[in-house]
Amino acid sequence: MELLKIEDLTKRFGGLVAVNRFSLSLSQGDLAGLIGPNGAGKTTIFNLITGVYKPTEGKIIFMNKDITQKKPHQITALGIARTFQNIRLFSKLSVLDNVKVAFHLRLRSNIFAAVFDTPGYSKQELEMEAKAEELLKAVGLLELKNERASALPYGHQRKLEIARALATQPKLLLLDEPAAGMNPEETIGLMRFIQKIKEDFDLTILLIEHDMKVVMGICEKITVLDHGSVIARGTPEEIQNNPEVIKAYLGTGGVYARS
Amino acid sequence: MYKKRSFWLTVVAVSLFFLFIYVAQNSLDAYIIRILNVAAIYVILGVSLNLINGFTGQFSLGHAGFMAIGAYASALLYMSPQLKAMNFFIKPLIWPLSEIQMPFFPALLIGGLLAAGAGFLVGAPCLRVKGDYLAIVTYGFSEIIRVLFNNLQSVTNGPLGLKGLPTYTNLWWSWGWAIFTIFFIKRLIDSSYGRALKAIRDDESAAEAMGVNLLYHKTLAFVVGAFFAGIAGGLLGSLVMTIDPNAFNIFLTFQIVLIVLLGGLGSITGTVIMGAAMAFLMELLRAVEVPMNFFGITIPGIPGMRMLIFSIILMIAVLFFRRGIIGDREFSWEGFISFFKGRPSRGREGE
Amino acid sequence: MTWILFLQHLVNGAALGFVFALVAIGYTLVYGVVKLVNFAHGDIFMMATFFVFYGITLFSFPWWLAFAIAIFLTILLGMGVEKVAYRPLRNAPRISSLCSAIGMSFLLENFAVVVFGGRQKPFYQPEVLIKTITIANVRIQLVSIVTVIVSVGALLFLNYLVYKTKMGLAMRALAHDFDTAKLMGINVDKTISFTFAVGSGLAAISAIFWALRYPQIWPFMGVFPGWRAFTAAIIGGIGSIKGAMIGGFSIGLLTILMVAFMPNMAGYKDAFIFVALVLILLFKPTGLFGEA
Ligand SMILES: Nc1ncnc2c1ncn2[C@@H]1O[C@H](COP(=O)(O)OP(=O)(O)OP(=O)(O)O)[C@@H](O)[C@H]1O
Ligand SMILES: [Mg+2]
Repeated sequence: MELLKIEDLTKRFGGLVAVNRFSLSLSQGDLAGLIGPNGAGKTTIFNLITGVYKPTEGKIIFMNKDITQKKPHQITALGIARTFQNIRLFSKLSVLDNVKVAFHLRLRSNIFAAVFDTPGYSKQELEMEAKAEELLKAVGLLELKNERASALPYGHQRKLEIARALATQPKLLLLDEPAAGMNPEETIGLMRFIQKIKEDFDLTILLIEHDMKVVMGICEKITVLDHGSVIARGTPEEIQNNPEVIKAYLGTGGVYARS
Repeated sequence: MYKKRSFWLTVVAVSLFFLFIYVAQNSLDAYIIRILNVAAIYVILGVSLNLINGFTGQFSLGHAGFMAIGAYASALLYMSPQLKAMNFFIKPLIWPLSEIQMPFFPALLIGGLLAAGAGFLVGAPCLRVKGDYLAIVTYGFSEIIRVLFNNLQSVTNGPLGLKGLPTYTNLWWSWGWAIFTIFFIKRLIDSSYGRALKAIRDDESAAEAMGVNLLYHKTLAFVVGAFFAGIAGGLLGSLVMTIDPNAFNIFLTFQIVLIVLLGGLGSITGTVIMGAAMAFLMELLRAVEVPMNFFGITIPGIPGMRMLIFSIILMIAVLFFRRGIIGDREFSWEGFISFFKGRPSRGREGE
Repeated sequence: MTWILFLQHLVNGAALGFVFALVAIGYTLVYGVVKLVNFAHGDIFMMATFFVFYGITLFSFPWWLAFAIAIFLTILLGMGVEKVAYRPLRNAPRISSLCSAIGMSFLLENFAVVVFGGRQKPFYQPEVLIKTITIANVRIQLVSIVTVIVSVGALLFLNYLVYKTKMGLAMRALAHDFDTAKLMGINVDKTISFTFAVGSGLAAISAIFWALRYPQIWPFMGVFPGWRAFTAAIIGGIGSIKGAMIGGFSIGLLTILMVAFMPNMAGYKDAFIFVALVLILLFKPTGLFGEA
């Protein structure tokens, strides 16, 4: 089944064409990669999918619904979650509360029920707590649940961001450079972890990554972007041998420039 | 288990407090009672502004405007028709208002609701702007309320104000509302809604990406804050017995901002302490404006000195005590008990 | 309403427009460089008029010397405010510098109340400036014309400062990209200080013209002009000098025309300005000439 369909997506910032007639189609269960040199427009595409930016042109269809004009929180409610390239946690909240925030959109109690702690609300709060702890356990952060998010080490913060994204109960997960700043060992752990959550939570994943080991290792299909335009698509093998891709990367210092 | 114990401890503490109110209302002298009433009103104002500024991270300077709405609306509802006729001798009050009279409580409530309505009307559009702009726009709003109330003679009596308001406000009303405000806002910020508000404060885009409807939640904080500001306005009106549009000026808002700053953005405990302290501080500062007699030498009172000292304190607070008296820590029974048992407190509960 | 009366109001409006434009530029310059709304700007404006007042009454300076000294002192004051209230908070959360700006405004107002007294004081009006001249039946106060001429001069000088000098280049670099500019070795403290100096100087000039037109000065006189000028800066697009000029000019003109032609509504003029501000912020938050 086709989960996400992007057609002719274009985004201009003033004179700069950050994304140029980008198209992509993802099926349920895909694990796809989006790569390209710095400034190619990858993060901009995530921002377009999640409604942070409105496209200049083009359409985004998610589960047969046109989400092009929807607001970010509506898109999240429909089932698209993301992480950020430069980690953006709720720094003053505890690890547990960071995850609980993401359950808020499914809350079915009004503010008075919440303030006066009605049985209906109380039950949901307990459910949230249990589910949040379950997720933290899945990413291995359960012992740290009462720490402030900003007090976590970098690698843990990345995991917490993923746990938080999972808490919104997404069908499609967008990961923006999850391996950035990790050492080779941690990176291998992360690859396994991504594959595991994909199975456990029945996800479709779109991944931006500069670390070619990750992309080539776990993605089934890859889209390569340069200066906002797609320059290649295919399996990891096809991409690795594509002269266009090599040229694009050579211009910025090679495929392994940032791995 | 802890939760249950805390609940009963809170019940006991609140009962003891009301016992104190009972004794105070009956035996303290009128001057002290008045200060205690003002203290309660400051607590309501501080805690409600902290919801907007401290917990939601939206810098609002509109509190005086909301207070003005609450004060005028409730006064126009609980004043007797005769009293209104006496006040509005230049331009008569418009019709339905000139006839209506109702008891204090519903009048207060309607005042609060109207302020909340204004909070909605201003908040919903204004919250699309951020930071400094929001501060300016809300400040502008409260000045505009002042301008409007000065000009809408047939509703507000213009710059003459309303005089001779009946004094309903007593310690029961003021502290009853203060306790309710603390309860409501504390429970709100500890709930799922509160987490969403704090998420907005910490990172708006991330909150939105996690499905938090920004406009809805910011407006919510604004409306709740405005409601309690309106209530406080109503209580204040009936306490000081005279209201005029210019009493609800930016200085009033600055006082509340100072309470929140010194109390700690995001700390209800600190705000409550500072709110009460502010009532006494402003009273103390009054002394610098009356002539003083030191060993036979009379120092004349200097008009405006009170405000000058106040603004110096404000600047010192901003420059040197940026995190407030207790940071964003919060009182908790566990912390309280372990403090007395001499164990290190883990009371860093306010996130 | 005759054609002549209209022209008269137009000239008045233009003069007031320049006054607002100069104040608005002060907001815009500071905001452009440090991204801070200098709430105290209106009060710096007020202080300038008191400097003139005391220069004339206390030291019996001739008026032109009093004006010059007042402008100089106001510049020092602006730099002092920056140093005391804003510099220590440059890396603090926005909310702190915002509170500091508000606190500073409040401090200056109350300082003025205590030291200068809360009652209105008459502002000295030099004979030569308040003479009325008649050109083709249109009666114009000389001060209106002088306002226009001096403002245009100040604007030309500003243009020179910002676009032709090294300091101006540093200002523009900071406004464009604070961190990069800092890395490239621009002296941040000095540049910001300079920006405040320029803004305060313009505020002093406009304050003097304001006081010549409305010759009553008092500690809170800066509040409403400041608020309107700020609105002007936003309408023009904060950070843009051209925008501040045009915004200030339109607000000045509108205020005068409104008082002249719709006297019943004059009490609400600030309410109208507020509504205009909100509408602009909602539908074109970058103002008419601001950059995205
Ligand atoms: N809000 C914006 N305003 C103006 N230009 C922008 C904006 N966001 C992104 N850009 C520009 O769009 C281009 C693409 O940026 P984008 O962040 O999508 O790149 P990227 O592929 O994610 O790069 P990286 O690998 O460095 O993360 C860049 O030139 C960037 O400067
Ligand atoms: Mg990117």
